[in-house]
Amino acid sequence: MRVLRELTRRPSALFGLIVVVLVLLAAIFAPWIAHFSPDDQLADGLSLEGAPLPPGGDHLFGTDTLGRDLFARVLFGARTSLIIGLVANGVAVAIGLLVGLLAGYLRGAAGNLLMRFTDLMMAFPALLLAIALAALLRPSLWIVAMVIALVNWVQVARIVYTETRGLVERDFIVAERSLGAGNGRIILLHILPHLMPTAIVWGTLGIATTVLLEATLSFLGIGVQPPQPSWGNIIFESQSYFQDAPWLVFIPGAIILATALSFNLIGDALRDILDPTQRGRL
Amino acid sequence: MAFFLARRLVQAVLILLGVAAITFLLLYFLPADPAVLIAGRSATPQMVAAIRHELGLDQPLVMQFLHYVGNLLHGDLGRSYTQKTEVLPLILARLPATLILMAAGIVLEVALGLTFGIIAAVRRGGFVDRSVMMLSFVGVSSPQFVVALLLLYVFAATLGWFPMSGFGTARHVVLPALTLGVLGAGWYARMVRSAMIEVLRQDYVRTAHAKGLSGRRVVLGHALPNALLPIIAMVGIDIGQFMSGVVVVEAVYGWPGIGQLAWQAIQQVDVPIIMGVTLVSALAIVLGNLLADFVAPFVDPRIRSQ
Repeated sequence: MRVLRELTRRPSALFGLIVVVLVLLAAIFAPWIAHFSPDDQLADGLSLEGAPLPPGGDHLFGTDTLGRDLFARVLFGARTSLIIGLVANGVAVAIGLLVGLLAGYLRGAAGNLLMRFTDLMMAFPALLLAIALAALLRPSLWIVAMVIALVNWVQVARIVYTETRGLVERDFIVAERSLGAGNGRIILLHILPHLMPTAIVWGTLGIATTVLLEATLSFLGIGVQPPQPSWGNIIFESQSYFQDAPWLVFIPGAIILATALSFNLIGDALRDILDPTQRGRL
Repeated sequence: MAFFLARRLVQAVLILLGVAAITFLLLYFLPADPAVLIAGRSATPQMVAAIRHELGLDQPLVMQFLHYVGNLLHGDLGRSYTQKTEVLPLILARLPATLILMAAGIVLEVALGLTFGIIAAVRRGGFVDRSVMMLSFVGVSSPQFVVALLLLYVFAATLGWFPMSGFGTARHVVLPALTLGVLGAGWYARMVRSAMIEVLRQDYVRTAHAKGLSGRRVVLGHALPNALLPIIAMVGIDIGQFMSGVVVVEAVYGWPGIGQLAWQAIQQVDVPIIMGVTLVSALAIVLGNLLADFVAPFVDPRIRSQ
């Protein structure tokens, strides 16, 4: 609660919160908000010449090249983007926590091996890898989510590792161990709670990265497959018409930007609030 | 110092081998079968088997990998499945275009980042500072392809100042470099700002002020050199990230670099080219990090003496 109050006191974080809540509501209530189905190729959705309709009138955001209502597609696209954002990023943070915690706690040969593996993953051209995997694996929503998780866990692992290393040396852990606490108890009850702020901050910042990565993959045509709308593939489908129908590219583009920006702003504010030592840095 | 650098070199080679191994494994287990794709739709199973044999795909995984690494050590990246030529010359032919783009993008990032980062640090809390902090967030939150399309829409389609796509003249470089430079500049500005704030607090800076030096000389002559280290590290990281991220920009602008080569290869399941480009990108990441290690001693005498 304290965190939420502090968040609302910062103008930029408040802006982020409002946008995120709006996007969440849009995703949840999409069928009730939209007047049209996102897949309906409306009879009056194209002009007499067969061109998509610009924003205004019945269609708030206009229609796309197949005469579908863009507003409805963007609303339903929010579902896809948020599901991937939450699932992919949740998995990435979970893997990162597990690897970082184990490596930091075990140290020794096993810990070293885990961290060398993480170093190796850092040297991996992540976007290239994601593109290659997504393209070759017959993309679907879940494949895209897993590919993103696979390339995004590394950074979390490194940060958790550094923090765990610091924690293990601290007196209260040493004291706990000398009282006879087992490894499981120490990790779950004493180390994990201390890592929660980091997990929350990176969990939030990571959603921004994930939403952008999903949009990029979908824009290349290897993310979520049409007709299921996602913000990226709406742009993918109409990118060659961007001169005649710019709204088809720039409305979803602006929404991707606003969403990613909002998660970044909230994440940044959370880092300030939860970790005072980082305040004012970067 | 020399020992440290030598160890870093050995690590770099090991990391590259590791990347090669993992990429190889991933591509090996993919459901897409290159032999089927090359043979075409009307091929008989015999033809597919023959192609598989010709490419060495019928051998056990370990043999294939050892064979690949053996060739790699001789500088041989294998032959492309679809283009029927060696992979290395293909990559080398595309590399200059990507390097030009990378150089232009990074120069732009550093120039913008230094300028605005320094102003923000000196005028901490002021209008420029707050704008830079906000805009840098917008930069990292922007989908690259949307910005690329926006620049195309405004400066190429509407105003007609720059060509829509292609390669060859200086005018072709501007929009792709702007896409990369403007979006990345935010991070540099933040980095420069926080490094400069740290340095400007120090006693020797106050001494310089007290000696009566002009504000400009204190900031640029005395403070900036000590804030350069993180920026060099960042350029190193950037070089690596760049190679991996260039696919999108090259796709939008029709820029004939290795990003486009990779993108075509991915669509055709041309595994040797995908492997080759991945390795070149990993090499860029490793070299970028090494660059930071090797340049740092020249910038900071304290590191040299260790």
